[in-house]
Amino acid sequence: MTSTEAGRIDPALRAEALVSLLVERGLIDQATMDNFIKTYETSVGPMNGAKVVARAWTDPGYRERLLADGTAAIAELGFKGPQGEHIVVLENTPGVHNVVVCTLCSCYPWPVLGLPPSWYKDPSYRSRIVREPRTVLAEFGLELPGDVTVRVFDSSSEVRYMVLPLRPAGTEGMPEDELATLVTRDSMVGVAEVTAP
Amino acid sequence: MTGPGGHADPAYLLDASGPAAPPRDNGELVFAAPWEGQAFGAALALNDAGRIGWEDFRQALIREIGEQDAAHPAAAGQGYYDRWLAALERLVSESGLVSAEDLRQRALLLATLPPGHDHDPP
Repeated sequence: MTSTEAGRIDPALRAEALVSLLVERGLIDQATMDNFIKTYETSVGPMNGAKVVARAWTDPGYRERLLADGTAAIAELGFKGPQGEHIVVLENTPGVHNVVVCTLCSCYPWPVLGLPPSWYKDPSYRSRIVREPRTVLAEFGLELPGDVTVRVFDSSSEVRYMVLPLRPAGTEGMPEDELATLVTRDSMVGVAEVTAP
Repeated sequence: MTGPGGHADPAYLLDASGPAAPPRDNGELVFAAPWEGQAFGAALALNDAGRIGWEDFRQALIREIGEQDAAHPAAAGQGYYDRWLAALERLVSESGLVSAEDLRQRALLLATLPPGHDHDPP
């Protein structure tokens, strides 16, 4: 069976067939699998990353550790991934804006951002953000001043990137848990900025 | 940062609601259909059980996406989990875990069962 032939069968049936055979043969544990699905569907998401960002904004020592070793600092908050990849945190500054892509497939910092949005997996985003980042960012509604340097980071199997966005003006004195509610997924991929409420 | 079970540790399933929970409108629908979640979960569970290497799966996925995008340029970027599933099928068959023929026969068998069947193998 080639994948083309397999494609003629409804994918729902193929997925069911695959899972039932894997479970029957003891190759996977059904409960483990269900737990993965539930975890990624409902619990792991940009909220993990938002907590990391809010902590970095309010705790200079944590920010320093986060930028020095993202994987370790993120693990401090209890967020770990199954893939063994390193997470590198890219700090936005008033003069430098970072944006993340995976040009080969869809590598993504799952433990902090959950599953990638559909546009992140789109070939158009994957190729255009490298060639014309300012145009693509403008399409996301992010117009950057000409004197801001845009840096595009290409993820790999070894390294996943996450952006530490700029803390918005007007949020001085806001507690960490409130700050976390402002941080969007898109701002941690680098296609948006965080705005004050 | 690997380790069996570490990623599924409920200790980090924090604040899905309440004041400290970041907004849910960040998230969008993760799986468009239940089978997409099944395909996703099966890959992670196989990796968790040490049956497949994650990098092997990633390479299979890259290959599948590349081949499908080349074969059907108009559909490029569509059907992400179709490709995910095809890559996983290919990998389990190439790894000798479940043969392609077994997968096909089981899918065809499931197709003959009435809707709402309990999905148990005969």
